[in-house]
Amino acid sequence: MKAAVIVFPGSNCDRDCRTAIERTTGAEVAMVWHGESSLPDGLDLIVLPGGFSYGDYLRCGAMAAQSPVMRAVKAEGERGTAVLGVCNGFQILCEAGMLPGALLRNAGLKYVCTAVELDVVNSQTRFTAAYRGRRDVRMTVGNGEGNYFADEATLDRLDGEGRVVFRYRRNPNGSARDIAGIVNAAGNVLGMMPHPDRAFEAELGSADGALLFQSVLASA
Amino acid sequence: MRATVHVFLKPGVLDVQGKAIEGALHGLGYSGVSEVRVGKTIVFDLAGDDPARSEAEVKSMCERLLANTVIESYRVEVG
Repeated sequence: MKAAVIVFPGSNCDRDCRTAIERTTGAEVAMVWHGESSLPDGLDLIVLPGGFSYGDYLRCGAMAAQSPVMRAVKAEGERGTAVLGVCNGFQILCEAGMLPGALLRNAGLKYVCTAVELDVVNSQTRFTAAYRGRRDVRMTVGNGEGNYFADEATLDRLDGEGRVVFRYRRNPNGSARDIAGIVNAAGNVLGMMPHPDRAFEAELGSADGALLFQSVLASA
Repeated sequence: MRATVHVFLKPGVLDVQGKAIEGALHGLGYSGVSEVRVGKTIVFDLAGDDPARSEAEVKSMCERLLANTVIESYRVEVG
């Protein structure tokens, strides 16, 4: 398996993502600077990591979505390569139009840094096959803008098409319909606020995130 | 030409900052305050002297970057 982690100015989970992928899958991971206009050949997974790209200027993820590398990421996404956006990466995917909706300020106005339990709502995706419908997946969230918003018609469509992949068991931020992660219509682009990259071995409090990377490995 | 862009969360999208400010204003005794919304204003100079054309250009900037029309609405002034 071959993976790339995109590094934006202000990314702070890029090395966590690399370590998580390497240790859980043995994949070769390329770190790609946001100013690059192309990606390595033959990628099975592209990760947009968490952090505060461009200092969250204008809106979270808005500037990063316009980075040169995002054109290549969009093209790979359209070709069917697996693209995972975690936290700020989820915000970037929404801003880039690769996923519907947007992430609003948390309903409680506070930055929320806590462990969350997730239902895996759809285990049929290439990111979640190894979870086999588990309803007690533990990861952590750390964000100020993790409150997923989309209009009712879009939410109905996401639910109807099985595109809500992760749901919070206890909603930490006001997110619509307890949504923690969604996929695009083709199922190869996943955005999620919880961090699988901070939950890939027991020493971190949970190894549940490892299954996500291993699912991608199995489908590669 | 000077362009001014006002961006606000759309009606119906919860503005938690607005709610917090409303609560604080009520705490200061301004009990008549309601429906507080927090937005941002972006101003810049723009080359050209055709207001209609400039306005169309700024609207295009709003659609592509300055506003996220999933959650925000915008208003443009050019002059």
